[in-house]
This record gives sequence, C-alpha cells and structure tokens, in this order.
Amino acid sequence: MKLLVCISHVPDTTSKINFSEGDTKFDTNGVQYVINPNDEFGLTRAMWFKEKQNATVDVISVGGAETEPTLRKALAIGADAAIRINAEAIDGHTVATYLAAAAKEGSYDLIIAGRESIDYNGGMVPGMLAAMIDANFVTNCISLEIDGTNATAVREIDGGKETVSTALPLVIGGQKGLVEESDLRIPNMRGIMMARKKPLTVVEPTIEASETHSVSFEKPAPRGAVKLVEAENIDELINLLHNEAKVI
Amino acid sequence: MSVLVYTESDQGNFKKAALEAASYGKAVAEAMGTNLVALTFNANEASELGTYGVEKVLNINTVSAFNAKIYADAIKQAAEKEAATVVVLSASADSRYIAPLLSVGLKAGYASNVVTTPLSLNPFVVKRTAFTNKAFCNTEISTAIKIVGVSNNSFGLVENTTTTHIEDFSPSLVSSSTSVTSVDKASDKVSIADAEVVVSAGRGLKGPENWGMVEELAEVLGAATACSKPVSDLGWRPHSEHVGQTGKPVATNLYIAIGISGAIQHLAGINSSKIKVVINTDPEAPFFKAADYGIVGDAFEVVPKLIEKLKVFKAQNS
Ligand SMILES: Cc1cc2nc3c(=O)[nH]c(=O)nc-3n(C[C@H](O)[C@H](O)[C@H](O)COP(=O)(O)OP(=O)(O)OC[C@H]3O[C@@H](n4cnc5c(N)ncnc54)[C@H](O)[C@@H]3O)c2cc1C
Ligand SMILES: Nc1ncnc2c1ncn2[C@@H]1O[C@H](COP(=O)(O)O)[C@@H](O)[C@H]1O
Repeated sequence: MKLLVCISHVPDTTSKINFSEGDTKFDTNGVQYVINPNDEFGLTRAMWFKEKQNATVDVISVGGAETEPTLRKALAIGADAAIRINAEAIDGHTVATYLAAAAKEGSYDLIIAGRESIDYNGGMVPGMLAAMIDANFVTNCISLEIDGTNATAVREIDGGKETVSTALPLVIGGQKGLVEESDLRIPNMRGIMMARKKPLTVVEPTIEASETHSVSFEKPAPRGAVKLVEAENIDELINLLHNEAKVI
Repeated sequence: MSVLVYTESDQGNFKKAALEAASYGKAVAEAMGTNLVALTFNANEASELGTYGVEKVLNINTVSAFNAKIYADAIKQAAEKEAATVVVLSASADSRYIAPLLSVGLKAGYASNVVTTPLSLNPFVVKRTAFTNKAFCNTEISTAIKIVGVSNNSFGLVENTTTTHIEDFSPSLVSSSTSVTSVDKASDKVSIADAEVVVSAGRGLKGPENWGMVEELAEVLGAATACSKPVSDLGWRPHSEHVGQTGKPVATNLYIAIGISGAIQHLAGINSSKIKVVINTDPEAPFFKAADYGIVGDAFEVVPKLIEKLKVFKAQNS
C-alpha cells in the first residue's frame, strides 16, 4: 500500500496572530511552526499502517523552503520520503491542484490529509484533491481501517457519528480519533539522524491555480471589560442575560 | 443569473443553519438584483422556505441516503440549470463535506467560515474567520461562480416572506462506491453544531461524576454540552464534546464556561460565540479577560443555584 500524508505547516497553537504590510500579510515574526495538529494524528495513523500493514509513507507539503524543517520532523517520526512543492499556498484550490499532480505521479492508494488546517481553516484541500483525482473521500474521519482495497471509516457528523464503507483509492480528512493524543510520536535522536538521509524532493509547479486570495486581514475588535456578578446574586446574571444580552 | 442556496434538512425538516443560509442568500440576491433559488432533498414542507425569501425551490425526491459526491453533483446540476453565479451553503458537517467537491465540479472558488454578506460584489469579497477565530480574512473569490459557506449564527434568521414556486427536480445521478453502513446519533440531545447555547465545563469540575449539574443546566437552557481538551483526553467526556482550536469550533449565541481556565487554544475555538459567561473560583483565570459576564465562585455552589433560578425564570417566561 502506498500512502501519502499531506502536511500543512502552521503557527503553533500558542501563537499570537499579527499582520504586517498594512494588514495584508501574516506577520511571521517570532512565530513557531508545527505540523498541523489534524495532520499529526494522520501521520501517526500512517505509521501504524506502515508497521502493521507494510505501507510505504510519503509526506508532502506545498510551501517555500521554510516548510522543510516541518517535513524533516515528519521524516524523523518515521515517514519514508518527503516531497515539497515549491509554491506559495495562495488558497485551497492551489494546494489541491499541486497535491493532485503529485498524487497522480505517485499513484497512491491512500491519501491522509487533515479535516482542516488551523491557520486558514479552509476545510477544503482534501475534498478538492479527492474530486480532482476522482478518488473516494471521507472527511471528519475519526477511525480508518483498510482491508485489501476495502476501507471502513468512521466519520463525525453533527450530533453523532456514522460508519462508512468505501474503497481505495481514498482521500481522508482526518482528526483526533484516528489515533489518540497519547499515541502521538515525538521524534527521537535516531529518527532525527535517519531523517537527514531520507530523500526530500523539491518539485517546481508549472501552472497557476488560485481561485481566491486574501485581500486583507483584521483582528477582532477589543472587547469591553467583563461584568462581574456576585455569586450570591444569580438573579442579576439572569437579568443581564435576558434583558441586556438578550440570549435567554 | 440567480443565487442558489442548498437548504439541508434532517428527516425532511430544514435545519436552522439551512434557514440561516437562505436568509443570507436572500440578502446576496437582493444586493445583486436577482432571485433566490433553493435546492433541497426530500423536504417535508418546501414552502417553509418562502418565509426566508426563497422564490423557487428545486426539490429532489430521487435520492434517499446522504452521499457527499452524489449531493455535490446534484447541486452542481441545479446551479447550471438556474445559471447561479453564487451558491450558498451552511457550515453543517454535511455541507462542509459537500462544498469542496462542488467547488471542483463547478470550477467555482469557495470561501468557508464566512461571517458577513459580501463587502463588495465586484470584485466579490467576503469576510471569513481565519487562524481559528484569532483574526478575520477578507477574501476575494475571482471565479465566475462563487461558493460561500456561511458560519453558524453569524447572519441569523431574517424573515422576508415571498411566494414560493416548488418544482420537482430529477438530476442524473453519479455513482459512488462510498456508502453509510450505520449511524450512531443521539436523537434526544442538542449537538454543538446545531446549538444556540453551549454549556461547557473543564478540569475544575474534578471528575466525570460531577457532570450531572452540567447536563441539567444544559437541559434547562436547551443547550448542548461541551468540554475542554484535558477533560476529553482524560476520558471524562467523549471526544465529540472537545471544543477549541484542535477540537470543534463553537459559534453560538451564548457560551457558558464552568471551571475552564481560558487557555489560548480553548478561547480560539469558542471566540466567535456572541456572549460568553465564565464561572471560576480564580479571579485571575484568563477566561475573565475574554468573557462578557463572570462569576468568581465555586461551580459546585453556583451552578445548582443557577439551575434553580433558571427553572423559575423559564416557568415565568414561557
Ligand atoms: C497543541 C495544543 C492544542 C490544544 N487545543 C486545545 C483545545 O482545542 N481545547 C482546549 O480546551 N484546550 C486545548 N489545549 C489545552 C489548553 O492549553 C489547556 O491546557 C486547557 O484548555 C485547560 O483545560 P481546563 O481549563 O479545563 O483546565 P485547567 O487549566 O486545569 O483549569 C481548570 C480551571 O478550573 C478552575 N476551578 C477549579 N476548581 C473550580 C471550582 N470548584 N469551581 C469553578 N472553577 C474551578 C480553576 O481555577 C482553573 O481556572 C491545547 C493545548 C495544546 C498544547
Ligand atoms: N500547504 C499545504 N501543503 C500540504 N497539505 C496541505 C497544505 N494546506 C493544507 N493541506 C492539507 O489539507 C488539510 C486541510 O487544510 P485546509 O483545507 O487548508 O483547511 C490539512 O490538514 C493538510 O492535510
């Protein structure tokens, strides 16, 4: 089984978000980058496919040279090879187009992406990719088992979950549940040493593919100070929620 | 030219998010000087959409179970038939599943998590949340057809009664090798995605045995229950209740946080809720900086009192 894991390189969850150049660019100053949390669950699930079902695992990212440490980290965790598509991730469509080209080139059986990235929060790349390569697609995926070319996935739906029967080739949008938090792997020394020798191929894209772009950014308006209510005075809270906030 | 809205239903009844998407679609159609058409699957009462300004409904009765690929292709055919230049979907799990497939099918640029009507129509620019609610991004969609995914509780329900023309629509159906084999859904509980009020609790509650009062408070308010990440990691509550940057997003009218400190990752996921109430023993808890109303106090004393008082309030106001 040939497996591809899509890795989005995103600001660490503790990052303060700022913008530069007249609020038109994300300010990368002082920002630490990590593997998108949803992709980290997918990468660990991929390691299990490698160990238990002999899968080969490639990782891929669309981005500039600054994303390479994130790909190296994925290699150190255990991926076999990495691909970086040397292009700016202008929008979901751009990323999906480049991933689709690489997916066809590598004829992967299973592609694991994340439900959404925590920077742009598009929730669009895996679905677009699946449609472009005409693969099956399951998003919000919290469990995945492969048997031959058959796949059984569990998908979170509003208010519950459902079990889905599908087949390879398959693209999933994964999230926590694929593996648990405690299953996540941290690169060890041996992994880091081995990662240095693993191939990281840089591919130059040939086409322009964006359909949308960010014009400018805004930060939420600063909020007023909290109104404190005495613990003995619950009636006042109910009054405020009813008459002032009008939410009950 | 038209605006097409996909109005999702559950057992034939429109979801609130679908009616909100229709309200949004009407505002866009009016700004563009065009009509609003809705596409539904197996709706019981399609005429209900007239209340929200839908002039025409295409109702499909030839598809039984949900399948994202088949639904996306059917919506594509409806958009082509109606020469739609804008297609509006809600932020439900199923709509978010469909939208990227539809985007590729229609060669239409897609913006998700949109919180306002277009800032301008030409160029077509919408405001969406990004960086998990830490910022907004004004996004231009430059394709001929545009797909807008509207965030829950961002536009609200706006009545705009019109006469509705209902038409049966039978698109040609694509095949799919994906099928649902079983569904596990609690029918008596409000889901976080559909809720207008969420009652959420954190590690301050000490253990899973103390969640009775959280559930009771949620019941009184008709709310969904949620929790912080450590609570689901510890197995006190199911993963599906984990909210925050790495969990489910919450965009409700009212979010009540009990015994939750207010870590940046938690706040990121719930920040777009309109009114936030915090109950915490520690006046220095960061949540107080993010909340609208707060009580410095012990949840084990405050919450039962709040439940009692709310019951009285509900009895008087219903
Ligand atoms: C990569 C990453 C991603 C993360 N993603 C998320 C996420 O998506 N969602 C999320 O929630 N967290 C997330 N976190 C974790 C986050 O950083 C915090 O650790 C977590 O939110 C804290 O949960 P808590 O507030 O329930 O617990 P604590 O921080 O332990 O806070 C408990 C609070 O309860 C109060 N308290 C104690 N007793 C009482 C009482 N009797 N009555 C009232 N109040 C009381 C305390 O004063 C305290 O403020 C993430 C962390 C990382 C590193
Ligand atoms: N630049 C990128 N390179 C590789 N994969 C990406 C990139 N951006 C997004 N993805 C994948 O698509 C998923 C969803 O991203 P998004 O559609 O941006 O929310 C992520 O979790 C990744 O798996």
